[in-house]
Amino acid sequence: MTIAGGRATSIPLMGRDEEPTIFELSAPGRSAARFRDQDLPEWSAHELVPADLVSEPLHLSEASERDVVGHFTRLSHRQYSVDLGAYPLGSCTMKYNPKLCDDVASLPGLANVHPAAPAHLTQGWLELLVGLGDALCEVTGMKAITLQPPAGAAGELTGLLLMRAWHEAQGRQRTKVIIPDSAHGTNPASVTLGGYDTVTVPSDERGLVDLEALKAVLDEDVAGIMLTNPNTLGLFEEEIVEIAAAVHEVGGLLYYDGANLNAILGVTRPGDMGFDIVHMNLHKTFAVPHGGGGPGAGPVAVSERLAAYLPGPVPVRTGDGTYAWSTPERSIGRVHGWHGNTLALARAWSYILLNGGDGLRRVAEGAVLNANWVREQLRGHYDIPFDRPNMHECVVSARNLKKAHGVKALDVAKRLLEEGFHSPTVYFPLIVEEALMIEPTETESPQTVAALVEALIRIAEGASEADREAPRTTPVRRVDEARAARQLIPTFDARP
Amino acid sequence: MGHYVPHTDEELATMLASMGLSSLDELFEVVPAALRLASGLDLPDGRSEFDVLDELEAVAGRNRTDLICFAGGGAYDHDIPSAVKRVAFRSEFVTAYTPYQPEVAQGVLQALFEYQTMIARLSGLEVANASLYDGATACVEAINLAVAATGRQTVWLSDGVHPTWRDTVRTFAAGTGHDIVDVPLSDGRTAWPETGEPGALLVQFPNRLGCIEDLAEARKVADRTGALLLVAFDPVASGLLRTPGSFGADVVVGEGQPFGTPLSFGGPYLGLFACRLEHVRRLPGRLVGETVDVEGRRAYVTTLRTREQDIRREKASSNVCTNQTLIAVVAAIQLSFLGTAGLRELALRCARASRYTRESLLAIDGVEPLASAPTFREFAVRLPVNGETIVDRMAEEGFLAGIPTDGGLIVAATEKRTRSEIDAYADAMRKVLQ
Repeated sequence: MTIAGGRATSIPLMGRDEEPTIFELSAPGRSAARFRDQDLPEWSAHELVPADLVSEPLHLSEASERDVVGHFTRLSHRQYSVDLGAYPLGSCTMKYNPKLCDDVASLPGLANVHPAAPAHLTQGWLELLVGLGDALCEVTGMKAITLQPPAGAAGELTGLLLMRAWHEAQGRQRTKVIIPDSAHGTNPASVTLGGYDTVTVPSDERGLVDLEALKAVLDEDVAGIMLTNPNTLGLFEEEIVEIAAAVHEVGGLLYYDGANLNAILGVTRPGDMGFDIVHMNLHKTFAVPHGGGGPGAGPVAVSERLAAYLPGPVPVRTGDGTYAWSTPERSIGRVHGWHGNTLALARAWSYILLNGGDGLRRVAEGAVLNANWVREQLRGHYDIPFDRPNMHECVVSARNLKKAHGVKALDVAKRLLEEGFHSPTVYFPLIVEEALMIEPTETESPQTVAALVEALIRIAEGASEADREAPRTTPVRRVDEARAARQLIPTFDARP
Repeated sequence: MGHYVPHTDEELATMLASMGLSSLDELFEVVPAALRLASGLDLPDGRSEFDVLDELEAVAGRNRTDLICFAGGGAYDHDIPSAVKRVAFRSEFVTAYTPYQPEVAQGVLQALFEYQTMIARLSGLEVANASLYDGATACVEAINLAVAATGRQTVWLSDGVHPTWRDTVRTFAAGTGHDIVDVPLSDGRTAWPETGEPGALLVQFPNRLGCIEDLAEARKVADRTGALLLVAFDPVASGLLRTPGSFGADVVVGEGQPFGTPLSFGGPYLGLFACRLEHVRRLPGRLVGETVDVEGRRAYVTTLRTREQDIRREKASSNVCTNQTLIAVVAAIQLSFLGTAGLRELALRCARASRYTRESLLAIDGVEPLASAPTFREFAVRLPVNGETIVDRMAEEGFLAGIPTDGGLIVAATEKRTRSEIDAYADAMRKVLQ
């Protein structure tokens, strides 16, 4: 089908010329820094600290303010971003984030507060955190929450430590955590750091957890299972109630990896599915921008029976309407130096207030609509190994192109860069050969999604060996990753 | 649909019809009926950005931001130049993902490469990663590296490390099974045990009382016991003091907030992590390396990826993926702004303000130093009244007086504190103590 309306493209906007490093741009003796007048005695280094500890001035770059601003602005022109164009990176939920959230994170009343200031001086912050925590519990159907984990992986590990503490309090020694073969790589890594062994269960021919295979590995050594629902194929685990019952039957807990929460906002809730522990990626679902790789925020919400184990302190509303810090009775301890990535939490709270309960439901609807539409349009052009209604993302395969033309998923990804789009996630989940995992998100218009689909179809139809040359229009072309690892140059000083 | 879902009603109908559907609800038929929320979320309806901003400004107004800050503890009140704020928050940096496609991510990758160079120089080590979450969690990762490198589970944890960082280390040790042994301070410096076989020593430089630890001595203890020396440093100190690497640290971690990030109530901050090259294959988190593209042009890419969780899965020694890239870019810009001369000047000005504050406080009857070891920009005093009470009373006078500790108060000063502020602070303290 065709979608009316204009199309935009972004890649031609990106800077092609190499940018020297700030060190190469330096001129000896130059500096941008000028400090406020302190009106203090100008004690020398040797008068301030013992002479044998004083170093020579440490060499950094030497540039003017104008040079620094020019350098980093030119670097920004060599960087693709959501604000420039669509970013259909599966499992990453690269949606557009409202600009209000930036202004909220810059409010002096939030940004200029020292984290050690006592509660009675920071009532606004505690009120905000309590409000956010309550809303996230409502969204997930859970009873209590910690906002400390600074990222999704930190949330996972926090969840596993909660699982461990809970089992130990029941007097049980459990050793294993089950994850499906479609799980994110962080899951098994977190399991190991939580002190457990990973047991992998296969997916069935529908792309869902194989319930019989799961039952076969469930025993009294199982501490719990980590699932994301919808799973990494973008498919809803339709037997989740049966899975929950089976895991609970052996005394295990269910952990919900919130990476894909965008798909179910206001539609269904992990708590209602039977999950005991839920982490959220506020940098995916709740409009914390990804920042080129963080900061994120990974709050963990739990059911009633786990509330006493949460990391502390947690912000609470007291009987007299004020706010205070309180450490849960059996707390596993802190998982962050302060209170979590608080300004990111403030962004998420503003996003929830903007959307409201009604708007969050529309987020899920838009995300699921766009992703299903992409799958429908790509049928016949790409293989679709699990061709059934999906949620917020769809996974297609380039194995047909590989077989016919030697064009791999990676080549498709690089060709798409030439077409003015960021690539989808490739080669994940691992259970799909030549996987292209596409998550258009709800904020992309039908015109943009149509342009993406048209580009993918054009790539499939024109597939040839020449695609290995792609991309040809980007700031740099294919990068020699093997050389980067073999001749490691991790700093300017390590250059040969 | 309004707000941030752009589809018109007509477009929705067209897209649904093309898939043989007649309503949005039908998209969710794969969700068992019993699990579907019948009446939606119990949250208020959405509002305009102007209404939301009004509400959040009112909430923010219930924080005391008028207090002149003398608190530190890993979070310092520095001036931030406009250029740093403006450039770092360009949307190309803010709204990018992790640089999975290096061809369109050279901006973030090169900024991280420059950041890694700066952090390696500040720590005095050969390699730094592209950031971790914060100082506390960077300590956890340093311990995990050291235990893996030495095969020894015991960690000697100095009591000079910030208390919340020590708590965080203990929390994660419950999963890894590491044996965390607390090592006390003696007159403000760590008193290492005579015997034992630890895998790692973790010491803070300067420590939580502001005292400059004897890293040469710590290195000797590490050599004697076969442990790795892990140092949690204040990166601003490297503007004045010898780097931890110059004393022989194996891993250097720290909190990078002082470089361009506001106090923010504690986050997002910036976990610094550097190590000797021999440990690079155990480095947690992302690492950017320089290479070339197919045309031989200089290019940057995340490298040694086989260390990472998405490839090694259950064999990975760290689960870190998303880290604090944007805050690392902020730090790179701030450090570029400071430059060689500016970093030295910054460190000197912090040390001068700290010394002037210390002398002003010690001139008050009943205020005594908590330790005699030399300090840099933070120091601890013993007071006749407990620290929490002092903080509350000083707030009434317009100051965040410091961070309470057993028997006293830990006070920090930065380049932002002026003589008149410090004089007023000391006057208020005199009044409060009377």
